[in-house]
Amino acid sequence: MPTVIFQLPDGTERKVTAASGTVLMQAAVSNGVQGIVAECGGNASCATCHVYVDAAQSELAGGPNDVEDEMLDFTAAERRPTSRLSCQVQLSDALDGLVVHVPEEQV
Amino acid sequence: MSTGTTRTAGVVVVGGGQAGFSVASTLRACGYAGPVTVCAAEPHLPYQRPPLSKKAHTEPDELRVSLVPESFYAERDIDLRLGDDVVALDLAARTVRTRAGKRVPYSHLVLATGARNRPLPVPGADLAGVHALRSLDDALAVGRALATARDVVVVGGGFIGLELAQVARARGARVAVVELADRLLSRAVSAQLQEHLRQRHEESGVRVLTGTAVHAVEGTDRVRQVVTSAGILPADLVVYGIGAVPRDELARDAGLAVDDGVLVDEQLRSVTDPRVSAVGDCARHPHPHAVGPVRLESVQNATDQGALVGRRLAGQPARYENLPWFWSDQGAVKLQIAGLRVPSDEVRLVAGDTPGRLAAYAFREGRLVAVETLDWPAEHLAARRLLDRPTPVLADELTGTTLGGLARARRAAEVPS
Ligand SMILES: Cc1cc2nc3c(=O)[nH]c(=O)nc-3n(C[C@H](O)[C@H](O)[C@H](O)COP(=O)(O)OP(=O)(O)OC[C@H]3O[C@@H](n4cnc5c(N)ncnc54)[C@H](O)[C@@H]3O)c2cc1C
Ligand code: FES
Repeated sequence: MPTVIFQLPDGTERKVTAASGTVLMQAAVSNGVQGIVAECGGNASCATCHVYVDAAQSELAGGPNDVEDEMLDFTAAERRPTSRLSCQVQLSDALDGLVVHVPEEQV
Repeated sequence: MSTGTTRTAGVVVVGGGQAGFSVASTLRACGYAGPVTVCAAEPHLPYQRPPLSKKAHTEPDELRVSLVPESFYAERDIDLRLGDDVVALDLAARTVRTRAGKRVPYSHLVLATGARNRPLPVPGADLAGVHALRSLDDALAVGRALATARDVVVVGGGFIGLELAQVARARGARVAVVELADRLLSRAVSAQLQEHLRQRHEESGVRVLTGTAVHAVEGTDRVRQVVTSAGILPADLVVYGIGAVPRDELARDAGLAVDDGVLVDEQLRSVTDPRVSAVGDCARHPHPHAVGPVRLESVQNATDQGALVGRRLAGQPARYENLPWFWSDQGAVKLQIAGLRVPSDEVRLVAGDTPGRLAAYAFREGRLVAVETLDWPAEHLAARRLLDRPTPVLADELTGTTLGGLARARRAAEVPS
């Protein structure tokens, strides 16, 4: 079961373990990680589940799909090269230890 | 939080839905230290409703709709009381009374009671196999019925009905949608988009009967058929979604001003009693984008209004002026709306760069006021960013470009790179 670390805007950190195949957004929400709003429940409709993958791991996590890529241009917090919509990131054992940064604002 | 100091009565929230949850979690996130009590009628942890009509649920654990796990409430010292609805408010004594006979004192009361479905006003509506769809329990019942249903009749061509129609199709049923108005989503989206939506539903095999009235539901033990003005439709499952009414009777009975929703000011305080606020589906409020006071039924409205009241009670007052937005996933069709349109607005339909993508731009006096999109989430998000800014978008600016293009151009002009 991969473990993911969420770095929150207030400087604190949340470590969460989720089954392989779980999407990152779901792992955050079901563990009460604040700052992942996920208004549309993971349907790539709202861009309120935006995260920055740690720069060192961004290749491992892969890049955004086409719709996600377009949506990332309009997130509430600035887009960065490592931006992803967490509902589009599927966890696997290869992503064990993934570190993501939660932006200041989502809506 | 047993600090030894006397606790004040604190904030009592009536209703444990999207808005009530938002009030309680925001209070704590903003450092409010007094007692927070959420009185919730349903036995379930506060949950999201949108998935209920969009996914084919069969088992409770498949739903996973809870907003946060149970531990969230204990960790934040939120007293969540499930399964005991509030039956009366005493504004003079500042207490609420629950069905179980408990009295809970408050220093501020937040009404977040949501809305209830308009009942289906025809004979036979109480037969087995006829369902409304609002609560988690409703969704589980519909999910179970879909396991064996062959002929599903959906009464009402609104968001919930159309979403459920696609769920039923995906589960292999024959599906008919019966709508009284001449068009689907007749009030919610512009006429220009309605025809496209209808086409998409028909392509997926849903039979759409507009301009059709339901006269009766018939059957002996359970539903067997639906009698309509267009003939008899076989049915082993009927799901209706014909609108919702605000649950404002507690407020009315207590003497608060109510008019199809609890009347509140721009800070979402009751216009009658400043110690009471109302948020979400049950509140009617002034809004800078609306002509008169509006009552909105959306996740955005419930979440943002709850957050505004939570922040206000934690010492950060503000006016409610958030941009309204909404989404509906109808099978493969993704419909999104930003802003508030009125029928007199001028609508321009724009096709996207890939097939199936459409946007309807609504203008009032030459300014963009609302945008509806089909299968074009990026354009929707661009609309939200642009409509949320004080600089208006003028009709002329949108010749030969989309909102996405305009948003990118404006941002490039703001921050030269
Ligand atoms: C099937 C369905 C699908 C939807 N899909 C979408 C969508 O895709 N996008 C979107 O933006 N919106 C959608 N909505 C609308 C959205 O879910 C609502 O606008 C939102 O839930 C409103 O939040 P609320 O807290 O005001 O009300 P609710 O979430 O309805 O919560 C109110 C709660 O208060 C409780 N309550 C009522 N009276 C009392 C009492 N006296 N004492 C204690 N508790 C009480 C009720 O039991 C209820 O649990 C959908 C709604 C439904 C029903
Ligand atoms: S949860 Fe809405 S886009 Fe990810």
